[in-house]
Amino acid sequence: MISLAGRDILHSWGKFVFTGVGLGLLIGATLTMAGVYRGMVDDAKVLLSNSGADIWVVQKDTLGPYAEPSSLRDDVYRSLRGMPGVARAANVTYLTMQVKQGGEKENASDVRVMVVGFEPGQPGEPGYLVAGRRITRSHYEAVADVRTGFSLGERIRIRRQDYTVVGLTRRMVSSGGDPMVFIPLKDAQEAQFLKDNDAIVNERARTAANPALNRPGVPGLLEAIQASQTTSRSVNAVLVQVQDGQSHEAVAEPIRRWKHLQAYTRAQMEEILVAKLIATSAKQIGMFLAILAVVSAAIVAFIIYTMTLGKIREIAVLKLIGTRSRTIAGMILQQALGLGFIGFVVGKISAALWAPFFPKYVLLEPGDALRGFIAVMIICTIASTLAIRAALKVDPATAIGG
Amino acid sequence: MDGYGIRIENMRKRYGAGDTAVDALKEVNMTVAPGEVVGLIGPSGSGKTTLLKCLGAVIEPTAGRMTLGDEVIYDDGWKIDDLKALRRDRIGFVFQAPYLIPFLDVTDNIALLPMLAGQPNAASRRRATELLEALDVGHRARAQPSELSGGEQQRVAIARALANQPPVILADEPTAPLDSERALAVIRILNRMARQYNTAVIVVTHDEKIIPTFKRIYHIRDGVTHEEAGEGREV
Repeated sequence: MISLAGRDILHSWGKFVFTGVGLGLLIGATLTMAGVYRGMVDDAKVLLSNSGADIWVVQKDTLGPYAEPSSLRDDVYRSLRGMPGVARAANVTYLTMQVKQGGEKENASDVRVMVVGFEPGQPGEPGYLVAGRRITRSHYEAVADVRTGFSLGERIRIRRQDYTVVGLTRRMVSSGGDPMVFIPLKDAQEAQFLKDNDAIVNERARTAANPALNRPGVPGLLEAIQASQTTSRSVNAVLVQVQDGQSHEAVAEPIRRWKHLQAYTRAQMEEILVAKLIATSAKQIGMFLAILAVVSAAIVAFIIYTMTLGKIREIAVLKLIGTRSRTIAGMILQQALGLGFIGFVVGKISAALWAPFFPKYVLLEPGDALRGFIAVMIICTIASTLAIRAALKVDPATAIGG
Repeated sequence: MDGYGIRIENMRKRYGAGDTAVDALKEVNMTVAPGEVVGLIGPSGSGKTTLLKCLGAVIEPTAGRMTLGDEVIYDDGWKIDDLKALRRDRIGFVFQAPYLIPFLDVTDNIALLPMLAGQPNAASRRRATELLEALDVGHRARAQPSELSGGEQQRVAIARALANQPPVILADEPTAPLDSERALAVIRILNRMARQYNTAVIVVTHDEKIIPTFKRIYHIRDGVTHEEAGEGREV
């Protein structure tokens, strides 16, 4: 038996291809939205993997350091190193800020980055470099993610200091998708916690005016207090690596109980990042996907319905000469599925082509593509019912009598 | 000729019921022998189209009997089970416009019918080729319908009607869009095919050019048929 749908598609291939391309762009947008969500989840997982930590120790009653602000004294890590099961512990700071990319040039632009303060050789340092070298000096060197746009040797202004980019890394982004810039911990503490000069002068004057802090006959007291006010002794988190064979939860539990700090294992931190931090974005994307699915269904239904109406006379003749209803319904269904297939192929290719140009990471997973293909086929099947109904209602008698 | 291709006895068709009922066919009697071509003529509103739809098993008559070859199709409200299969296998249709399927080539337009009847593709295409040769359009076998002239399209439509070797062909104004020469050519072909394939042909027409070619004519007026002898002019 001849494939009526196949012949019709071949006969008017231009119409099918152009319609399929239009539909494909819509499907491409849908797949990309799914890819954006997957990218957000992947960013979160990569962030956790790249930190090299098994446990995140943060300020009590906070979801820090990525989902909420967290502040700890920077000597906490020492006591953590003495806890049972802890192999390594290191301070880190995280600060999201705008930096200028392009220096003083006219075409300089702002880049939103997450500045990470870390201790070289400890958890928290960038896992690998794609160019340059690691930070070797104690101050004013940086390693940047390639997505920042910085190149080796370029200088980054962070607060009061300029940092030279000595290394480039890749896929080091915050949970919000901002690329990271790694600088030495002391510099990062200063950048994050040090007050500006006016504030320091005012603070000193206020302290000096306080007789309890500026006692006559106690030399050095005022200076000591003022010095303590300008030092940066805080970090956002302590990253802990657990000894081999130790249960992460078993190590985290005593930290929570005895150190009055919050300690999250990898699974708990993943839960915070994926289920809590990007939950609203996921819902937003889910809504968008649902709307796109409805729009796609409406478009396929409209196109197939219009195409069917354009063939009413042929359908009447087919019915008159004894074509079974299921053959006619099959023809329309196959055309709808054919259109969906063309649309899916175009959509998949489009999504793959434009995904790298998105500012955030877009992860197109084969599983999502398969699910998308099944969804497109289901949508096309549902959308074709309207046209099939119209075709089956055609009275074969309309072919007779003009 | 012996026997009959199609026979209609006391056929009636009523639309609606009660006060609004309309009797489109009141008394229809027709007999067409295999190999015979008869004309069915009548003014607008006389019931021609309704009769054609009843003969074509598209609508069911209210009463009367219709026999196709040896098989009873309708008998006073009774009908055979599968009218769709009947239309596919035992009735050929030729329309005012050819109504060829635009996305099938000429051969497949004809071969589609045997295929729908369950014939293998190769046999169906052989049958189509044979008919196209018989109708002198064999050289257009791979053409698309849109590439054919009006006369060629109508010949392909006749070939399609003959594809399943039906005992009867119903032709609805088959010469309406054609000039005199082509119209007479179509009638010539229908006569030749009727004889060659032993098929009864009923031609519904208003066309003054072809009416003199029929040996027998059924006039239909107000739903009642009247048989007349035609001129039977040679074409």
